Amino acid sequence: MNVPADLRYAKTHEWIRLENDIIIVGITDHAQAELTDIVYSEPPKVGAEVKAGATAAVVESVKAASDIYSPLSGTVTEVNDALTVNPALLNTDPFGQGWIFKMKASNPAEVESLLTPEAYTAQIGQ
Amino acid sequence: MSDPALLKHSPLESAHVACGARMVEFGGWYMPVQYSGIMDEHRAVRSASGVFDISHMGEIIVSGPGALAWLESLLTNRVGKLAVTRGQYTLMLDEKAGVIDDLIIYRTGETAYFLVINGACRDLDLEWMRAHLPSDGSVVLQDQGNDYAAVALQGPDSEKILRSLFLFCDLPKRNGIAPLISSLVASKGSVPSLVARTGYTGEDGFELFVPVEVGVALWENLLAAGVKPCGLGSRDTLRLEMGYPLNGSDLSRDRTPLEACLDRFVSLDDPEKIDFSGRKALKQQCAEGLPSRLTPLKLSVQGPPLRSHYPVLAEGKPVGETCSGVLSPSLGEGIAMAYLPLALSVPGTQLEIEVRGRRYAATVATLPFYKKYTL
Repeated sequence: MNVPADLRYAKTHEWIRLENDIIIVGITDHAQAELTDIVYSEPPKVGAEVKAGATAAVVESVKAASDIYSPLSGTVTEVNDALTVNPALLNTDPFGQGWIFKMKASNPAEVESLLTPEAYTAQIGQ
Repeated sequence: MSDPALLKHSPLESAHVACGARMVEFGGWYMPVQYSGIMDEHRAVRSASGVFDISHMGEIIVSGPGALAWLESLLTNRVGKLAVTRGQYTLMLDEKAGVIDDLIIYRTGETAYFLVINGACRDLDLEWMRAHLPSDGSVVLQDQGNDYAAVALQGPDSEKILRSLFLFCDLPKRNGIAPLISSLVASKGSVPSLVARTGYTGEDGFELFVPVEVGVALWENLLAAGVKPCGLGSRDTLRLEMGYPLNGSDLSRDRTPLEACLDRFVSLDDPEKIDFSGRKALKQQCAEGLPSRLTPLKLSVQGPPLRSHYPVLAEGKPVGETCSGVLSPSLGEGIAMAYLPLALSVPGTQLEIEVRGRRYAATVATLPFYKKYTL
């Protein structure tokens, strides 16, 4: 299972990438493999306030709907419209084209509570 | 997930784990929900073949001189119409005409019947049947649920595959049952193997009932013949595309088969069928009018997959909730079933389905959702 070294991870299987002062959020390779065929994604609204650990989006496989939790608190600045047309990007490229939303963090110190790639790898038992 | 240690186990479990199945709890059983993916398995059954472990389903043999009369009193369909080797879909109701279970009954001999019941209902069904068994010994009831492993081979290639594995067997016609005699499924001193031409997918297919000890060998032979292993996930999407009800979701003790639109499996006015459990309540419901009908719904817009327990609205007011729902893999659309007032169950009626607080336009559809030969 792919766990890129340049990202930080939430225990609930989301990742964040820091791009200047913008944070990109997605789900991990492990998460997409567990969810299987993703057929629908419901992103947050641009401008929405999200809280660390609270539901920010929903992705659905044929079998089940799964909440996606925001790893950090802040404001949503952009959502990935490509997922509306092609939710399977979450399966095929979870760390790239399958990103879910971008945000501005209101409390950047929360990053410290996220898992390192090593810790996340250990969590998923690899 | 529930603790697997507390669940009932299929005789095929080792084979599922060996080919990478994802296992879940279902109706008290530890069963495979998927192998390669629900979409992939669904497509395989619609276009070629797939095999499902249905060992959780129960098998019951009813025999004796009083078998026919007793089964007529227990089940809604006209058992007396069955010729030897033929089967029918039927229901077992309580006195209020609530559905205890839906099942298939085959006549396997002059006074012998083979019943296949739902996995989650095995204990309850047996309890109900034993409580209603005549005390004069004219009917013998044998629970063979733990003696059989069962698989459903489904899809347009099913017949070809079975013929390649069982060269000298006569395969039954639709809704028929036949002995399955082959060294592949031979086992001494155990139950006889049977093959029925039935299923739960809308495709041609067979259900094979074999002694538990040869179940894994049969499963492995089917996979070696190119059949795709399929789990309960695609079993659900396939059955719902056809509008086949699932007991526990679409059928319950709170709904009658008339509300579930299963009228043609209920023999209310056959002079040969004097009475059966639930008949009086059904007659009363006919006289008073049905409060609701199980209604097929389709999303009219792009939206999320439908699931059970989503509110259904008419002109902004709640009128019911979905009891089954999926994203139809064949149609790419959300489909669902809901009990709705009669006036709203007319095809073409415009409704809404609410998903996580958002409302999506939906239309009353006709069954089956998936019409193979018109696409």
